[in-house]
Amino acid sequence: MTTDTLVMETTSYASIAKAKQEPAWLSQFRAEAFALVSQLALPKLEKTRIDRWNLGGLGEYRQGKQAATAAELPGDLATLIGENPSPNLLVQHDSSVVYVRISPELEKQGVILKSLEQAAADHPELVQKHLMQAVKVNENRLTALHAALWNGGLFLYVPKNVVVEEPIQAIYYSESPASTFAPHVLIIADTNSSVTYVDNYLSASAEEPVLHNGAIEVFAKPGAQVRVATVHDLGKHVTDINNRRAVLENDARIEWIVGDLSFGNCVAETYSILNGNGSSSDMKVIAVGIGDQRMDYTTRAVHFGKASNSDMITRAVMRDEATAIINGITKIEHGATKADGQQTERVLMLSPKARGDANPILLIEEDDVKAGHAASVGQVNAEQVYYLMSRGISKAEAEKLIIYGFLYPVIEEIPLETLREQLSSLVERKIGR
Amino acid sequence: MAQGPVLKIEDLRSSIEGKEILKGLSLEIKGGEVHAIMGPNGTGKSTLASTLMGHPKYEVQGGSVTLNGEDVLEMGVDERALAGLFLAMQYPSEISGVTNADFLRSAINARRGEGNEISLIKFIRKMEEKMKELEMDPQFMHRYLNEGFSGGEKKRNEILQMMILEPSVVILDEIDSGLDIDALKIVAAGVNSMRAEDRAFLIITHYQRLLNYIKPDFVHVMMQGRIVKSGGPELAERLEAEGYDWVKEELGIEDETVGNEDKDDFVMPMNTAAPKFS
Repeated sequence: MTTDTLVMETTSYASIAKAKQEPAWLSQFRAEAFALVSQLALPKLEKTRIDRWNLGGLGEYRQGKQAATAAELPGDLATLIGENPSPNLLVQHDSSVVYVRISPELEKQGVILKSLEQAAADHPELVQKHLMQAVKVNENRLTALHAALWNGGLFLYVPKNVVVEEPIQAIYYSESPASTFAPHVLIIADTNSSVTYVDNYLSASAEEPVLHNGAIEVFAKPGAQVRVATVHDLGKHVTDINNRRAVLENDARIEWIVGDLSFGNCVAETYSILNGNGSSSDMKVIAVGIGDQRMDYTTRAVHFGKASNSDMITRAVMRDEATAIINGITKIEHGATKADGQQTERVLMLSPKARGDANPILLIEEDDVKAGHAASVGQVNAEQVYYLMSRGISKAEAEKLIIYGFLYPVIEEIPLETLREQLSSLVERKIGR
Repeated sequence: MAQGPVLKIEDLRSSIEGKEILKGLSLEIKGGEVHAIMGPNGTGKSTLASTLMGHPKYEVQGGSVTLNGEDVLEMGVDERALAGLFLAMQYPSEISGVTNADFLRSAINARRGEGNEISLIKFIRKMEEKMKELEMDPQFMHRYLNEGFSGGEKKRNEILQMMILEPSVVILDEIDSGLDIDALKIVAAGVNSMRAEDRAFLIITHYQRLLNYIKPDFVHVMMQGRIVKSGGPELAERLEAEGYDWVKEELGIEDETVGNEDKDDFVMPMNTAAPKFS
């Protein structure tokens, strides 16, 4: 670690205290986390030399301008949101949340949607009890840095037995590389509640580097059902670090849908901790890498609960000189009888210089379980291209069909139509040539 | 007289992985004609089909192929298709994630060109009509291309494509293999409905059975990578009744196969890294 980064980290850290008044417990929390930053090492990743990456671009905390209506948001955001913004929407612009709306019906039922910063002031007991409890502060340098620097963020609480039909939406937008961009998403779904949360990570084009060091934590209480869909469409200048984690109690369920269509380097782990009996987790990750992107994806399910269930699918398309390391880790702990853990990782490479590694790992400590994995890494099948071309389809079009075909079975499983369409068009944009 | 297509094959030689399989094959096929190529396994029949379509594994060593005077061997696989060639394959690829409908629409639109795409309604009507003729479940439209199709379903799907794309030269490679007699009749009816003055057929088979339903005008026997005997429909009947031994005897052939292989069909394992196009 160079002195430069340390200076930068200190500046970023100091900027938060200067910019705003936070509850004492939170300042203390940040200070303790920050003290750990210089003591901890970067995460050790299989075959990804993150220590050689440019992890600069932390920026400083800058208070954003609040928008009274969606139309007042900066240009790109206003366009994205359109004329009919979702009634349940939170928007973060650089370091801070600038827009948040929740429908009166949901509010009446006790659903809380606000920036995490605001929630830390309004609901300290709830936030304190959960913040950085799924992802731990002291896991590595990046988690400690996130805990010290997080800003804006989202807090979503769904009370007992409340079923939220409309998806809760969020947009995280990095415009200025001078601003810290580290939202933290904290979702608490109380007993037998149900909610869908959908977010987008976007950036304006910029030359200066940006480090997005983000985290999503989900706590699903007994019988709760949570669906989290996250789509990343960040520019080449953004290094994207993500820790997504869910802690599941008895009979709780999480569905993760991850679409990674960013243009910069990326490390992401999507992780379900199946503590409860009968809990279940479903993960679908699709990713497209182009240029010289380096991507490191881990899906992980750890089973403690009896008869807990997990399924993980990752499909990645790598073009040009892009490299993807795809790890799937299913761990079934002793005592998790009748657990079932399945995983699949597939990488399709479109050029001889593209690289993909699929590493399925099963760690089983219990006898009475089911576990399975499938992994494949390959290039576009020449026989398939020939078949399509023999019907008059050009080579480029044939390859495109095969690539969509590779991702489509995952996309079509996504239960939200708008999200399916968005993912399809982002995929098209990224691999269309 | 309608101006039918003319496919002219002259002294065609082709090899796979360094082994020469086609050893100087000549044949001329015109619109309105149905030619059958028969022969035991391993004599180069499927190699002929794959070479004509331009399969990347087959390398042309010599000879020429022209369609209406145009050099087919100079064309890419897609260009051959657009010029009017169609090969109903013995082993059609399975392509996950691409529905039959998406695939066929792409194929139709490749012919029609940008800005002239077929409307969705017209397309669906056409597809439904042809599927009905072939007694195919309409659900096949939405299934992934050939994935999980039985052998017979794949063959019907090949014929469906032929009926929708309306090519001028149709090559059927062992279209009868894996079909029960009812399916065979349906497939044959589909082919017969396409017979026209402006369309030529080349049917590759090693059973005479198919020719009971699709009456050929010309029958050719292939051995050792070339055509060794040609005749009319009566030749097929004699082969059915007496087998191939009399042909071998007559021509003094001991081993009719070519390339020292048991079979002439090159089967690519699915879902593995395959060699790239050059």
